[in-house]
Amino acid sequence: MPLYKLQINGTTREIDVAEDTPLLWVLRDHLNLVGTKYGCGIAQCGACTVHFDGAATRSCVLPVSAIGNAKITTIEGLSKEGDHPLQQAWDEVDVPQCGYCQAGQIMTAAALLKQTPHPTTAQIEQTMHGNICRCGAYHRIREAIKLASTKA
Amino acid sequence: MSTVNKSRRSFLKSTLLTTGGLMLGFSWASAGAAAPVVVADAGAAASLGFNSYLSIAPDGIITIFSPNPELGQNIMTSFPMIVAEELDADWKKVKVVQAALDTKAFDRQVTGGSGAVPHSWKLLRNAGATARQMLVQAAAQQWGVPAEECTAADGFVVHTKTGNKLDYGALAEAAAKLPVPKDVKLKDRKDFKLIGKEVKNVANKDITTGKPLYGLDFHREGMVLAMLQRPPAFGTRIKSVDAAAAKAMPGIIDVVQFKNNVAVVGKSTWEIMKARKVLKVEYEKDGNTESSEDHAKLFSTLMDTGTATVRRKDGDVATAFAGAAKVLRAEYECPFISHSPMEPMNFFAHVREDGVELVGPTQTPALARTSVSKLLNIPEEKITVAITRLGGGFGRRLKADYVTEAAELSSIIKKPVKLIWSREDDMTGGSYRPAVRYRFEAALDAAGNMIGYKLRGVGINSGNPTREDNFPSGAVPNLLIDTVEHQSPITTGAWRAPITNFLAYAEQSFLDEVAQAAKKDPIQFRLDLLQKAKTAPVGAIKYDIDRMIGVTKLVAQKAGWGTKKGVSQGFSVYFSHRSYVAQVAEVVMKGGKPVVQKIYAASDCGEVVNLSGARQQVMGGIVDGLGHAMYSKLSFKDGAPQQNNFGNYRLIRMMEIPEIETHFVDNGIEPTGLGEPALPPTGGAVANAIQKATGKRIRKQPFIEDPVFSGKTQAAPAKKMKTA
Ligand code: FES
Ligand code: FES
Repeated sequence: MPLYKLQINGTTREIDVAEDTPLLWVLRDHLNLVGTKYGCGIAQCGACTVHFDGAATRSCVLPVSAIGNAKITTIEGLSKEGDHPLQQAWDEVDVPQCGYCQAGQIMTAAALLKQTPHPTTAQIEQTMHGNICRCGAYHRIREAIKLASTKA
Repeated sequence: MSTVNKSRRSFLKSTLLTTGGLMLGFSWASAGAAAPVVVADAGAAASLGFNSYLSIAPDGIITIFSPNPELGQNIMTSFPMIVAEELDADWKKVKVVQAALDTKAFDRQVTGGSGAVPHSWKLLRNAGATARQMLVQAAAQQWGVPAEECTAADGFVVHTKTGNKLDYGALAEAAAKLPVPKDVKLKDRKDFKLIGKEVKNVANKDITTGKPLYGLDFHREGMVLAMLQRPPAFGTRIKSVDAAAAKAMPGIIDVVQFKNNVAVVGKSTWEIMKARKVLKVEYEKDGNTESSEDHAKLFSTLMDTGTATVRRKDGDVATAFAGAAKVLRAEYECPFISHSPMEPMNFFAHVREDGVELVGPTQTPALARTSVSKLLNIPEEKITVAITRLGGGFGRRLKADYVTEAAELSSIIKKPVKLIWSREDDMTGGSYRPAVRYRFEAALDAAGNMIGYKLRGVGINSGNPTREDNFPSGAVPNLLIDTVEHQSPITTGAWRAPITNFLAYAEQSFLDEVAQAAKKDPIQFRLDLLQKAKTAPVGAIKYDIDRMIGVTKLVAQKAGWGTKKGVSQGFSVYFSHRSYVAQVAEVVMKGGKPVVQKIYAASDCGEVVNLSGARQQVMGGIVDGLGHAMYSKLSFKDGAPQQNNFGNYRLIRMMEIPEIETHFVDNGIEPTGLGEPALPPTGGAVANAIQKATGKRIRKQPFIEDPVFSGKTQAAPAKKMKTA
């Protein structure tokens, strides 16, 4: 099996897996980074969202061989102290229900705010369309993104 | 050590922690039962099997164990809030820990039926108040003053006259040596500082930083992973298995067959998924392999000729219908749907010589244990169940099928194993909300009074798909409710607000039809019926008429019922579990389609414990109810589910949510639960609003399949509504 050197959360991680292994399973099964969640495996729910050179990417369909030197950020690496404006807003608005989807929601939103620091409601909804929250916490997710955008 | 009376189950027990703090165990099994018992050290407490307690450490940190599984209903926050309220604790110093299964210490360690807070409300308050009283007593003794001169607040006992102050941590050791008081005074609700406020989820930080909280995140050194290949269609079984290719795949440890499953055991999820694809399994028929078309026909046949079980009979429906001025009849239908919690099913099991360890997401840890005990013939005492956080449940994790699978596999391969269901496994693996068709009939007299009412429910593995003692029973003199059931190989199970999640839609839609036929405002029509049930009740009923009227009037007022221009309003009210929720949905026409713009909800769940959590439950319930009524359906072909993942099974997304306004009736009665009751009314309110907007009545879920959403629908001419 090929050996990959991945740039994850600012450190280089070496991993020996088959080339078609999705990043999601590399993170979860091999690197013990389980904050990135499995929800569907087919890029339909957003639970597995990470940043690929800053862009929100569904890690469940990203083969490890396609990563190269790209910088990967997972929820564990979004901020050192867990105090990214979105993480703070998530608490302030009290977003999570079961919480399972929330890492993916935050990662999608973080990429949006990086590109568009003050998104409109329509832009938020457009971007977040790919992230399912089965508990239906959508109102607060939207509100928290807006709140974070006023602070960034 | 003081006397320990083991023959009586005690309610409260205090004990010294080895670290010198106060540990107050409360046995949930015996609310208000026998006299309290004091145990003097943690070892004694442990030997009595108390692991359900609040403990106060010398540094003032208060640990409260939360026994019920957390799946997003926010129980890990609301339970401790109740204890902390009566304890007058400093909320910032409260730590919450998920307790493992312990049927000796806890009663009803279940998440389901919106029942946790109603069940434990008094128990938790008593526990907090008892500890508070002991702390006050300890301080009074230390100061040599009467306890009456002392008060407690924010984690301190204060002597009012001198201003002396001691924090709970400093008092815990002395307090633990005191006898546990029998009668404690609970707070007056007007003095609540935490209860009724918006308190944030205690797990927010862990959730937003990606901590390993869920079953799927669980890891144990030396464990293997596994997935099962289950029959692709209900009504089939394994004929032959050729596992050679799968076994030869990299990372695969073993492939084993048990029952109708082929387990692929390996080191990593991806390798297992790949190996599973090259498994060659042949299946053969083992029963009926049903298709959705068969069900449609079956519904029609059984509706007319099925053997019905009578659920309720009042008066004489035949005479009422024969003499009616007007008779209405309509059928409503709901499909199978999947629970699809975001975290698919999974469980860790380690079957050893000397016992079994189970870890994972379950709504019913006790059932998980009994099931494994029966399956493997291992006594329950030798089985432990640790509960992880649940990535949603919606009723799916009330079943223990995925737990016994893991245990059985572990017993075969003799290894600790984490069994994982893929999303496809989860969606096609059964235990669905049952499919049901209803036929409603109403008889009106010349004045528009409903003098007769008939409901027949035909369900596929639905059990009783009616709630015969709910509204409008009690308000109609001649009434007949009966049911017919078809047994199918397709498995079904409780789905958030079981039965009522679709019955309410059908019934509240039909009542709107009747109100229209009677030329009455839909809200006034229901209020008139409720008035009848109050003044001239027919038979026994399970709902509280005044609470139902209360939410109805509140939502009408908040939504400005009948006063708005440019929007079409639809109303619905429902009683489920123990609570009452009324909703008004507002629909506008956009691009030839009805769009739900806003939903108002008025809830009566008794005392609201955590306002933030309560709002979430209402909003989440509405989004859930709307999403599934609008979009979701699981259909079958020859026994095989036709939808298997979120690409072809539609769930509601952010763009599709309406604005939601939540209101609560403030009546001071004890909490009656809120995990489910906000869901049932939504489908009906929305369907009624769509009818008002378009003139079209949607009698089948999912609504999105109705031609009204084709994009060519004309708005119905606006009618002047009478205000309720
Ligand atoms: S798990 Fe990747 S999008 Fe669902
Ligand atoms: S909070 Fe449960 S899926 Fe989003």
